Amino acid sequence: MSSLPTPKNREAIFTDRLSARKRRGMIFRNVCLAMTIFGVLSLGALLYDTIGSAFTWAAVEEREVRGRVQPNVVQTWSLWEGIYNRDELQRLTAENYPEAEFRFFSWVNINFLTNFPSRFPELSGFRSPLIGSLMVIGITALLSFPIGTGAAIFLEEYGTKGWISRIIETNIANLAGVPSIIYGLLGLTIFVRGAGGLTGGQTVLAGAFTMTLLSLPIIIVAARESIRAVPPSQRQAALALGATRWETTYSHVLPSALPGILTGTILAMSRAIGETAPLITIGALTYVAFDPSGARDIFTVMPIQIFNWVTLPQATFHNLASAGIVVLLSILLTMNGIAIVIRRKTERTW
Amino acid sequence: MAQRSLRPEMRRAAKEAPVGDAIMSARDLSVHYGAFQAVRDVNLSFYENRITALIGPSGCGKSTVLRCMNRMNDLIPIARVSGEVLYHNHNIYGPNIDPVEVRRRIGMVFQKPNPFPKSIYDNVAWGAKINGYRGSMDDLVERSLTQAALWNEVKDKLKDSGLSLSGGQQQRLCIARAIAIQPDVILMDEPASALDPISTLKIEDLMQELTRNYTIVIVTHNMQQAARSSDFTAYFSVGEDRAGYLVEYGPTHEVFTNPKDPKTEDYITGRVG
Repeated sequence: MSSLPTPKNREAIFTDRLSARKRRGMIFRNVCLAMTIFGVLSLGALLYDTIGSAFTWAAVEEREVRGRVQPNVVQTWSLWEGIYNRDELQRLTAENYPEAEFRFFSWVNINFLTNFPSRFPELSGFRSPLIGSLMVIGITALLSFPIGTGAAIFLEEYGTKGWISRIIETNIANLAGVPSIIYGLLGLTIFVRGAGGLTGGQTVLAGAFTMTLLSLPIIIVAARESIRAVPPSQRQAALALGATRWETTYSHVLPSALPGILTGTILAMSRAIGETAPLITIGALTYVAFDPSGARDIFTVMPIQIFNWVTLPQATFHNLASAGIVVLLSILLTMNGIAIVIRRKTERTW
Repeated sequence: MAQRSLRPEMRRAAKEAPVGDAIMSARDLSVHYGAFQAVRDVNLSFYENRITALIGPSGCGKSTVLRCMNRMNDLIPIARVSGEVLYHNHNIYGPNIDPVEVRRRIGMVFQKPNPFPKSIYDNVAWGAKINGYRGSMDDLVERSLTQAALWNEVKDKLKDSGLSLSGGQQQRLCIARAIAIQPDVILMDEPASALDPISTLKIEDLMQELTRNYTIVIVTHNMQQAARSSDFTAYFSVGEDRAGYLVEYGPTHEVFTNPKDPKTEDYITGRVG
């Protein structure tokens, strides 16, 4: 079969059965391909569904609300349905809602970003959850980045590598996998009830503290990994110049590890921004029609508002929920994009 | 720089001057890594402004001994050092000695060039800065790079990353970095083993130049390198118990031309190792 000559130096007999081995390899390749396709398709279906529901075709009437003429969406069809079946939908609209105009209606719009939630879906907005989420995540990042980095530096650069350190290491790794609702219960006990004087109860601050607890294990693990990836030769070079441990860490280890630490922090933040359960547990509201006045004010966040809309019976609120998901996903993708850019820009080979 | 005139043949005469006091010496130095004894009872002296080569087969503990000289072994948690290492008659393993102080006086150049991922200028200046250098930093950087025979190659690109240099240049940058803090002793752990022959030659020439101001201890696998560039040679071997020990120590020409121990002769003539 082979076009190459048989090797001369043969003491044993070989039956290499190359075609059978290659066939087996092909099977594994195709199984892996199928799994990849499954993953891509699931993601595609999610996006298809969400986008189709956030950007819709609608039968829109007009009505007067608080003395102003406002659109009143009486029925919606998904983006995709409208693309393939536009004439049919137009006919249906004319038949069922003679007053209504059939047109494209994007639920992600300026009103959506600037209005507070409302009982009229067309007027309802995402403003308070958007601001609430950004405040919670901002404070969480400010707290968890220095604490997580500090803990990682101590564990990697100062801590002795004994059994205590191994126990701590295992515990932190396990904490990263603790269900988030448990952090919510912890936050309720400590930050809402216990330290209510400091946080003011069910406030942005209590939420941010809870989210800090939630993100710390992830940040510590990521920061330790990237500190460990700094070659020992760099530390030795600095120490051999008569540097102290801190000078070595501050001037050489940290700058090299920082991109990895930042990436880990951003990824932890993008997990935190999507968390619902712990914030519901500590008592974040589901309906907030004002901007939080500060860190010690009550608040809501994007996933809670989305959940709230999904639970309402009217179909148009489900469109709002999809619009909320689009905004949340956009913020998540932006954050992850930043993490990728940081990693790309600072990639280093030693 | 008149490096050619410093080739070993020419240098022999220059080094006829009497040997001064030992600047450093090891007394009954033993090193354990956990339960394993890596080095047993080494007694050895390094003389001022001379080059001492540590040679021997792999695993004989010569790098371990070198790292004991500026307490770099402290960084290995399981390493335990017993005996004394005297520096100007002070035991650097004594109770009141801070390893940071030791390393500021006894510098080190590593096997693999390890410049900081910073500019060439900052690579040289950083050590001086943290050690509180008061003079003109520009002058110090120029002087150190000149002494390391690198100035002419990098003077127009001091802001470039140290990692942009070639391997040989990086190693000379590491030497410049080490001498910028003006230590007494420079320990070199196989400084040329990762370099090509031409870069190796440059490093060797540089070592000769540096002996005007510095005492050098070099670990090398390359016996020609030891023979042509060192003043003293210490030959280490591995015992039955896998612990390294010092077999023979003396002026290089004696160790290489008239070794006292048959094991040394076997090694330098290439019969073992």
